[in-house]
Parts: sequence; structure tokens; C-alpha cells
Amino acid sequence: MPKTMGILGKKIGMTRIYSELGKATPVTVVEAGPCRILQVKSLVKDGYSAIQVGFAEKKASRVTKPLLGHFNKSGAEAYSYIKEFRVENVEQYEAGQAISLEALFKVGDLVDIQGTSKGHGFQGVVKRYGFKGGCAGHGSHHHRAPGSIGCSAWPARVVKGKKMPGRMGNDTVMTKNVIIIDVRAEENILLLKGPVPGAKQSLLKIFSK
Amino acid sequence: MSVILDRINQEQMRFDHPDFRSGDTVQVHIRIIEGNKERVQMFQGVVIKRKNGTMDASYTVRKMSHGVGVEKTFALHNPRIEQIDVVTRGRVRRSRLYYLRSRRGKAARIQERKFIK
Repeated sequence: MPKTMGILGKKIGMTRIYSELGKATPVTVVEAGPCRILQVKSLVKDGYSAIQVGFAEKKASRVTKPLLGHFNKSGAEAYSYIKEFRVENVEQYEAGQAISLEALFKVGDLVDIQGTSKGHGFQGVVKRYGFKGGCAGHGSHHHRAPGSIGCSAWPARVVKGKKMPGRMGNDTVMTKNVIIIDVRAEENILLLKGPVPGAKQSLLKIFSK
Repeated sequence: MSVILDRINQEQMRFDHPDFRSGDTVQVHIRIIEGNKERVQMFQGVVIKRKNGTMDASYTVRKMSHGVGVEKTFALHNPRIEQIDVVTRGRVRRSRLYYLRSRRGKAARIQERKFIK
């Protein structure tokens, strides 16, 4: 986990951007912010240092009273998402401060993007781990089966961590070193080169470097 | 599609091109850079395919160059395309004219579309 400040965002979708020379770049459009700092956690008081950030405004009437109290403490609006960034030097931040997209990112910067990958449900080993599978024809009955999962009398058990069918996706995934193509601070939009994890409308954590 | 994505796409999309479809003969003017000079290159041929989409819409133009078939696929919204001229409108019965690849000379002719709505 990078120990840097970042911003929260929502994945909007993908498109392409043309350069002056007509070169098309695939980009992911991310609605990043507006975010506000809700709490500054320090090593002395909380045992670890971090910046707590709120994103995506919500009606105050939809929030539970304890949570509303927490929002009120920093003088912020109510937010749908609350996440922390494990920043080491927290002195420069204070609760209630808005996070500026411009100050954090500029065009050409590299960022790390954390999101939740698309859920694929219960999948076999061919889709889940890229196993080759068996022969499709020639009387073979071994099509997409995993094959042998271990030895016999010794060790007389299946090795831990053996790749088997199961739930695929819906994992926390980080894509590192994504290039920023454009920062549109007035619209709260970031254009990132290439894909980022997750479905459209899903929450992303964007770490500056 | 999302409003934000739509707005980003609208900024770049080109609405200045004429309407053309498969079977039409078009002349595509492309701005290319040669060394340190920029010039406009022309590519004239039959549109054999139009691929729909928002930003990734494209079309393929086929021509015979010194007896060799040449196909070029252009992105519809590419800013390097100076202009597209429609030379003739063709009457064809399918949208993807891949059959032209196996034909040459007289067999590869396309009837002209006379009545245009």
C-alpha cells in the first residue's frame, strides 16, 4: 500500500483521446472528487497516521446520527464513502479541508489505482487461472477439468493454496503506474491511460506518487 | 451512456464529414508528416465497411493500386483527416463488401445509386 495522499473517485467508463498528431490513446474517465478531509489521524492519538477522506455527497437525512456527528465535527457535508490514506506526515492537513485535484495531480504523473474487480461468480480453473484444459475431441472426456490435484499415499492430502474452481473476481486489485492523460479540475475529471480495475460506477482509490 | 463520457466524446467527434455508406466511392484527404513537412495525401476507393460506434467508429476504403488491392481503415473522428469527398454513390445489397476482394476488373464494378433520398 503506497503511503501517499490520494483522492477517491468513481469509474465512469472508457473512451479514446486523439493527440494533435492523430494518435488515439485509450483512456478511462474517472470522476475524482470533490473530496473533503473528515479526520486527521495521528500516531500519538490513534496509533497510526492517516487522512480520512469522504467522497460522493449524500443527504444528511439518509445518514445515521452517530455518523452525522462525525461529519459535523469536521464541518463537512455527509458522504457516501469514507476511506483512509495512510500518510506519514499529516501536519499539513486538517479536518474539513477540501482535496484539490489540481494540487495533487498533473498531466503525465504516474498514479496507483485501487478498485474492486468485476465479480465473475463461481468459475472453473480454465477461466479462473488460465489452465489449458483437456482435448476437446478424439473421444476425450477431459474438457475443462483441472486434472490431478496431487499425489497419493504421500502427502495423502491436497496441498494448501491449490488452484481450484471457485469464486472469481470481486477482489481488491491495484493497478500501478497509470499515466494521467488529462486533469480537468473544474469538472473533477481525471483521464487515465488504459484500463483500471472494476465495473463502471465503482469506487476507486487513486494514490499520488 | 453517461453524461460525462458523452461530453468528452462530443468535444472530439467530427460532424463535418458528409454522409456516406458502403459501396460509395470516396476520396479521403489525410494530413501526413514527411520528414519535417506536412502535406495532404489522397486515398480514393470504395467504402467496403462502416463500423459504427461513438468514438471508435471507423470505415475501410479499398482501391486497386497497380494491380494490387489496398485497404485502409480510418477512424471516423480522427483529427488528421482533412476532408472526405464522396465521388459516387454505389448501390449495393450488403453492408460489408468483402466479396470485392476476390473480384477484379469488370466483376468488381458497383452500380451507381441514382435516386438518393
